[in-house]
Amino acid sequence: MDDLLSEFLTETAESLDVVDVELVKFEQEPTNSGILDNIFRLVHTIKGTCGFLGLPRLEALAHSAETLMGKYRDGATPTSEGVSLILDTIDRLKEILEQLEQEGSEPEGADSDLIEKLDATSAEAMKIMNGESDEAPAEAPVAPAAAPVLQEQKLEVKPGEVSLEDLEAAFQSAPGPDDFGAEPASSIDEAPAAVVEPEPPVPAEAPPVAKAPAAPAAKPATAQKDDAKPKEGGAVKAQTIRVNVETLEQLMTMVSELVLTRNQLLEMVRRLDDSEFKVPLQRLSNVTAELQEGVMKTRMQPIGNAWQKLPRIIRDLSKELDKKINLEMIGAETELDRQVLEQIKDPLTHMVRNSADHGLETTEGRIAAGKSEEGNVTLSAYHEGGHIIIKIADDGQGLPTEKIKAKVIANGIATEAELEEMSENQIHKLIFHAGLSTAEKVTNVSGRGVGMDVVRTNIELIGGTVDLVSVAGEGSTFMIKIPLTLAIVSALIVESSGQKFAIPQLAVLELVKSNANAEHRIEMINDSPVLRLRNKLLPVISMSKLLGNDPIAKILEEGDDGTAAEAAAGDQNVFVVVVQVGGQTFGIVVDAVFHTEEIVVKPMSTMLREITMFSGNTILGDGSVILIVDPNGIAQAVAKDHGGGQESTHVDAAEAGDLIGNDEKTALLVFKSGSDDLKAVPLSLVTRLEEVDVADIERSNNRDLVQYRGKLMPLIYIDDNLTHKDEGLQPILVFADETHSMGLVVDEIVDIVEDRLTIEISSEKNGIVGSAVIKGKATEVIDVGYYLPKAFDDWLEKRDIPNPVQRELKLLLVDDSAFFRNLLSPLLASAGYRVTMVESATEALRLKDKGEHFDVIVSDIEMPEMDGITFAGVLKGDSQWGATPIIALSSHTNPEVIARGRAAGFRDYVAKFDREGLIESIRECKPVSENEAAA
Amino acid sequence: MTEVSDENNEIGATSEFVTVHIDGQLFGLPIEQVEDVFMPDAITEVPLSNPEVAGVLNLRGRIVTAIDMRKRLGLPPRTDGGSPMAVGIEHQQESYGLIIDRVGEVLRLGRRTFEKNPANLDVRWSSISAGVHRLDGKLLVLLDVERILDITGEKLNAA
Repeated sequence: MDDLLSEFLTETAESLDVVDVELVKFEQEPTNSGILDNIFRLVHTIKGTCGFLGLPRLEALAHSAETLMGKYRDGATPTSEGVSLILDTIDRLKEILEQLEQEGSEPEGADSDLIEKLDATSAEAMKIMNGESDEAPAEAPVAPAAAPVLQEQKLEVKPGEVSLEDLEAAFQSAPGPDDFGAEPASSIDEAPAAVVEPEPPVPAEAPPVAKAPAAPAAKPATAQKDDAKPKEGGAVKAQTIRVNVETLEQLMTMVSELVLTRNQLLEMVRRLDDSEFKVPLQRLSNVTAELQEGVMKTRMQPIGNAWQKLPRIIRDLSKELDKKINLEMIGAETELDRQVLEQIKDPLTHMVRNSADHGLETTEGRIAAGKSEEGNVTLSAYHEGGHIIIKIADDGQGLPTEKIKAKVIANGIATEAELEEMSENQIHKLIFHAGLSTAEKVTNVSGRGVGMDVVRTNIELIGGTVDLVSVAGEGSTFMIKIPLTLAIVSALIVESSGQKFAIPQLAVLELVKSNANAEHRIEMINDSPVLRLRNKLLPVISMSKLLGNDPIAKILEEGDDGTAAEAAAGDQNVFVVVVQVGGQTFGIVVDAVFHTEEIVVKPMSTMLREITMFSGNTILGDGSVILIVDPNGIAQAVAKDHGGGQESTHVDAAEAGDLIGNDEKTALLVFKSGSDDLKAVPLSLVTRLEEVDVADIERSNNRDLVQYRGKLMPLIYIDDNLTHKDEGLQPILVFADETHSMGLVVDEIVDIVEDRLTIEISSEKNGIVGSAVIKGKATEVIDVGYYLPKAFDDWLEKRDIPNPVQRELKLLLVDDSAFFRNLLSPLLASAGYRVTMVESATEALRLKDKGEHFDVIVSDIEMPEMDGITFAGVLKGDSQWGATPIIALSSHTNPEVIARGRAAGFRDYVAKFDREGLIESIRECKPVSENEAAA
Repeated sequence: MTEVSDENNEIGATSEFVTVHIDGQLFGLPIEQVEDVFMPDAITEVPLSNPEVAGVLNLRGRIVTAIDMRKRLGLPPRTDGGSPMAVGIEHQQESYGLIIDRVGEVLRLGRRTFEKNPANLDVRWSSISAGVHRLDGKLLVLLDVERILDITGEKLNAA
């Protein structure tokens, strides 16, 4: 607190000096609202800071003075008595400050004399003001010209209403006490626009109106009172001088240039074997390094500067939310670049608020959970490598996984299926996704629409990363990793397509060497390269592909045709730079990796700034210009790639519905199992591709099982004679519906292709629908329908015990495609239906004529002879089947077609590959059909 | 008659231009906008940038964005094998280099020889040209630096 106090003394003494000068000026120029605004703001700041530091005498005095000035601001005509009263108050404040400086505490004493006078004058001023605003403004006694500014303000203030709102608004817009403590870091150009031309406190030089040596602004690293100052005040002395921030910035730029030049010289001399330059250059190099460090130090500030307003925020929060909160701050002395400090301040404040508001339970909640009444928020900072790590930890309830999930689905950020594949931690990280606020109620404190995504963006803007760990019931910890400085960063120099690029070291997790024969090899899934890395698939993106989208660039790179990813398929070595951005980890494939180098980041020219792939450029030691890759930009490109891929799969699935009847293309997963022959299955039927460790495969009841997502999943082989690998990882195709899943063991996943699926030779062999030519190769298309019962026969029995189907419902499946009939029937059977299959509507009608009864009918729409719509139309008016619910099965799910289907009598409309949707839809029909059966 | 009056107005209202040659054509740049003339060396291409941007290069510790004027004017690449030259330009506190074939002399020209862009001038040219000066035996096309550097918008379309 001592540092804070001395800084406060410096600041306040200075502010008071300014107020002195300004007040006198104001008295002479009462219509100048600029001067008044400035005084008001300064006094307001003093008041706020006093309250913050627990200095009640100062605070009370400043408050009364502020109130009076508020009146003047609102249009009351300042009287010289009023002004001198304020000046007296300023003097009193100075007296108190002096004693405070000597003794370290606020001296005893009463100021009621001054306060009473001030308040009386305020009341007086208000009376005059009210009287005045009732009359014509021209009657204003002292300022007959009644400055338009004041008039304007008067119009807004209704007579008789003390403009509390206005005051409040003024508090909000003026840099209030909240901003005070951390403000020293701000530079002139960063000062809020509301500040009237802040400048260094040299009053003599300032022009009249702009004479606003705004205390909160323009404060270099160590705030300090200039001894030579003409005005006396709190004469705080310390061995520091004030330096304009701009001067420091300039110094930094110069040093950066010097570093670059030094690097160039070193590079040149390195090539000479024996040079007389070597020794002096070494010396120059050392001096430069020291100079660089020194200049960097002048820009360094303890992170505590960004924390100063936090205790106050927590205190207010504690009151507002009626929670007991203890804020602990560790490592406040940890230093970082003032530019970074500025940038990190707001995200940090937001996160601390969040932790206190959402992270911590209510006091009752804590007691109920058996925790101490007082919740803890711990803020810590420390250096690690060239970075600073800031942690914000709370011992609250942890992140509500289920709520996040629900919100994610509701906002369409991810599907349930995608969520299912995510670990809890991954789900938690979705809170950084745009448009996701889990706050149930919007409190005054947080949940104002500024979400964690903004926090993340802000942190990433300065090349930082944010991560979190949350344990339900135990609390959450957010970790921010940011570079110490933005001006000089450590970067990895890589090469792609013959060109060098710099990747900021901060984002780089590791480097992996890869070639076709290595353990880490790049494989392709549907043209998307992935890398196997420690039993995980890592999406990789080739740098040259990323940067070579431009056809012109391709022409320029003529002859250099193979992308790195393609090269990886051959024997050539490539390197994968594993990069983490936000919650996303991916690999950037490059041709070569050189070394790391300290680079001075220079912004890209405006002309090139739109290229999100680069964050800047720099000059290397050899004098060449190199582009700095922006990992965020690449992450976006990866995400886009990914999103695009998903979209196309989606289209494939829709098309796949058509293909059986029509000759449309479908996405097929080609794999090998048992032999070298290619086998295929429509991709849309496959839920997931997985790899299981062979060691995890268990054998029970004469079948192989593997634990999968907390359940036992049976493993099925294409051929009963086959078995899994002896060791290592076993690729499997997972087919799953909501209740059960099976794994089909395959030897190798070959490819995902998109082709027309025309079964040319139907097969007699069990489990094979037939042979088709896929991408020019004969491929067996497997019949998933054959394998499903193999996995489920004994499962069904087990499942039925806790979940008995009351009555086996009869279901009629009308579909002209044998493939679909075979696929759907086991699924429907496993869901508890007795399925009758027919291949045309006419055949179905024949069954009707025979007097058959069904509880539900599922029919395809596109069929030869009679299509589904006609079929439904025929049934609609039928006495026998008219009441039987009929569900349409089609690849076309556009609203128009659905409307047509409904008009024709279909109860529901389900996409062909939406197995879960189908079962759901059938279930919904059940009560009706049961009623039917009862009737 | 108009010509005469033009001439009268011209006295004292002349300005200097740095002349450059690109593909046999003479161009002029206002001398006050030209910082220096240099030989572009070790240009780093910027992938994904507009093709008219030749790249970035280091000019005495500053990073300069080089514009390929042949591409900017829609001209074919140079074939004569001569070493390129560049005119350094400072625009909104950023450094640019216009890559041209050859630098010529500095000319003092007045309004008398000035004419607006002929209507049939290729739009690529007219979009970056401020007009034409009729010189003895040749024409000088005035380049508008501001418009030459206005590449961003087009690049967006390309991307």
